[in-house]
Amino acid sequence: MKILLMGNPNVGKSVVFNRFTGADVIVSNYAGTTVEFTKGSMRIEGQHAELIDVPGTYTLDPTCKAEQIAVEMLKAGDVVINVVDATNLERSLNLTLQLLKRKAPVIVALNFWDETKHRGISIDVEKLERILGVPCVPICAVTGEGINQLVERIKDAKSSAFKYDEKERWHEVGNIVGKVQTITHRHHTLLERLGDASVRPTTGLPIAVVVLFLAFKVIRFIGEGLIGYVGEPVFENFWAPLMLKLSGLLGSEGFFHDLIIGQLIDGKIDFGQSFGLLTTGLFVPLAAVLPYVVAFYLVLSFLEDLGYIPRLAVMVDTLMHRLGLHGFAIVPMMLGLGCNVPGALSTRVLETRRERFIAATIMAIGVPCAALQAMVVGLLGKHGLGNLAIVYGTLFAVWVLLGVLLNRVLKGESPEIFIEIPPYRIPYLRGLSKKIWIRIKWFIKEAIPFVLLGVLLVNILYTLGIIQFVGRITASVITKVLGLPQEAVGALIIGFLRKDVAVGMLIPLGLTVKQLIIASVVLAMYFPCVATFTTLAKELGFVDMLKSAGIMIVSSLIVGGVLNLILPG
Amino acid sequence: MSEINADMKSGGFVANRVSLAQMQAGQTGKIVRIDGGHGMVRKLDALGIRVGKKITKISAQWMKGPVLLQQDNTQAALGFGMASKVLVELNARDEK
Repeated sequence: MKILLMGNPNVGKSVVFNRFTGADVIVSNYAGTTVEFTKGSMRIEGQHAELIDVPGTYTLDPTCKAEQIAVEMLKAGDVVINVVDATNLERSLNLTLQLLKRKAPVIVALNFWDETKHRGISIDVEKLERILGVPCVPICAVTGEGINQLVERIKDAKSSAFKYDEKERWHEVGNIVGKVQTITHRHHTLLERLGDASVRPTTGLPIAVVVLFLAFKVIRFIGEGLIGYVGEPVFENFWAPLMLKLSGLLGSEGFFHDLIIGQLIDGKIDFGQSFGLLTTGLFVPLAAVLPYVVAFYLVLSFLEDLGYIPRLAVMVDTLMHRLGLHGFAIVPMMLGLGCNVPGALSTRVLETRRERFIAATIMAIGVPCAALQAMVVGLLGKHGLGNLAIVYGTLFAVWVLLGVLLNRVLKGESPEIFIEIPPYRIPYLRGLSKKIWIRIKWFIKEAIPFVLLGVLLVNILYTLGIIQFVGRITASVITKVLGLPQEAVGALIIGFLRKDVAVGMLIPLGLTVKQLIIASVVLAMYFPCVATFTTLAKELGFVDMLKSAGIMIVSSLIVGGVLNLILPG
Repeated sequence: MSEINADMKSGGFVANRVSLAQMQAGQTGKIVRIDGGHGMVRKLDALGIRVGKKITKISAQWMKGPVLLQQDNTQAALGFGMASKVLVELNARDEK
């Protein structure tokens, strides 16, 4: 049996999915978190059933790519669990009626049941059930209330005999709501007032500045704290002595030793420079990058679950229009700051191909991922925050300029923003920690193999003399245009695999601060890592991906060259 | 655009028609017409924003930025251009 979870965006389908399957699906408080369908399995009365979390849609008449996916999925389902926002009955029933019309066997889950009480809404569920002719179950997905009843009644799902004239659909919805729902007056809550304040320009702009500043502060505080008090001590005090013993056992030298342990620096292991699989290969992802990934996702996930992201989208809409995008394109950018792969996937929330191309291209060029940032902050941060400001400032300027340019050059116009602004919701701790855990697990699973592969490749390419060879060929570009030493070409080669390893390769080169700045900017811009590259190729198509990659290479050379000319020292 | 701002008598009180873009933040009114193309009408319709519905304008961003409206329990942000095409009949008591 195939069960589909369908409903408007941001009504908690993914929360229900997680409840049913125990699976790990990212849940946030804004429309469009699920852009791809997710499958899981569950048991109903001993029977195996496949559950599919379908992207949210307001209508079966699709208006964007995520909605198209939803409509196509409908054909494949045996039962539809229509998740409905009980605080927004009218809007939700619009989709419900369309589902009933398709004669799909439906069961309605009225989510956010707890919230209806605070909002002075009362719904006569039995009456609704009689009118619609399908089972209706009130639930509160985040706490799990009503979930068991919902599962029990899945077998009662049936196609309804409810009939209506398609042209009169809203009228029909209005009738039903009038019959089953009563609203009592109530005062605005503090959260609602805060919600309004964060989209009013006079208060919203200062709030946005404070939120982003605090986000930055908290990420640095947690990231540095975890590195300084957990990551480095564990590696220095426990791992280093072990590795030194292993190094002795392996004979302290030779190709195999260097592959596993790396070069000993003054007879000791230097996790930044040794470049062995078990030394630098583990230190970079676990001790240098993971702390920042944890910190970043903690903050991002909190803002997502609170419901701040759509409000931020409204505040930045005017700026984004200059780049040929609208405010909601801030979503791929924010996700991209963690990892460019989910950033690229989330460009699907945008309506047109043109927008998706612009968003994906400027994200891949101007938005550095957490792994790259962690390494750059670690490497450059000790030379003063001003240097970091140059890196971030340059990337931001490139992001804006490139967007403006693409908006001028590419044919067509970008549509205006039109998004739902969800109410602020206090993040539910269990949901929040689960989401952060999913993302960290994903990072570890994706990052560590590629970091190890990167370190392995560095060793092999150096031993075979390939990096030195490519360095000689490209010397004129690397040294004359970018002002970097020939050996830096190794970082550019490995940067295709993992950007954090690439930055790590700069450490033994002893670069000047100016060279570090240029190398960081170029590494961020010149090409996406292989994981992002394949995702972009899938999302944009091969031809557009090539165009995008061309833009990356050319713009990184120009920007690196200009920095080399104008930066002192 | 003679219709916009044109006072008209209805039900004994004076009503005033303005576009959603021209409404003041905090004002409430009923949507009387949506001048957008099929695509825009459809998008708004999906969220329940359609002729006959009562809406309240919550805020507008500077420099012709997006407009935020409340309709029942739904809040939505829409671009200035779209908001200019939504014609609203203001509630008499909200007029200033």
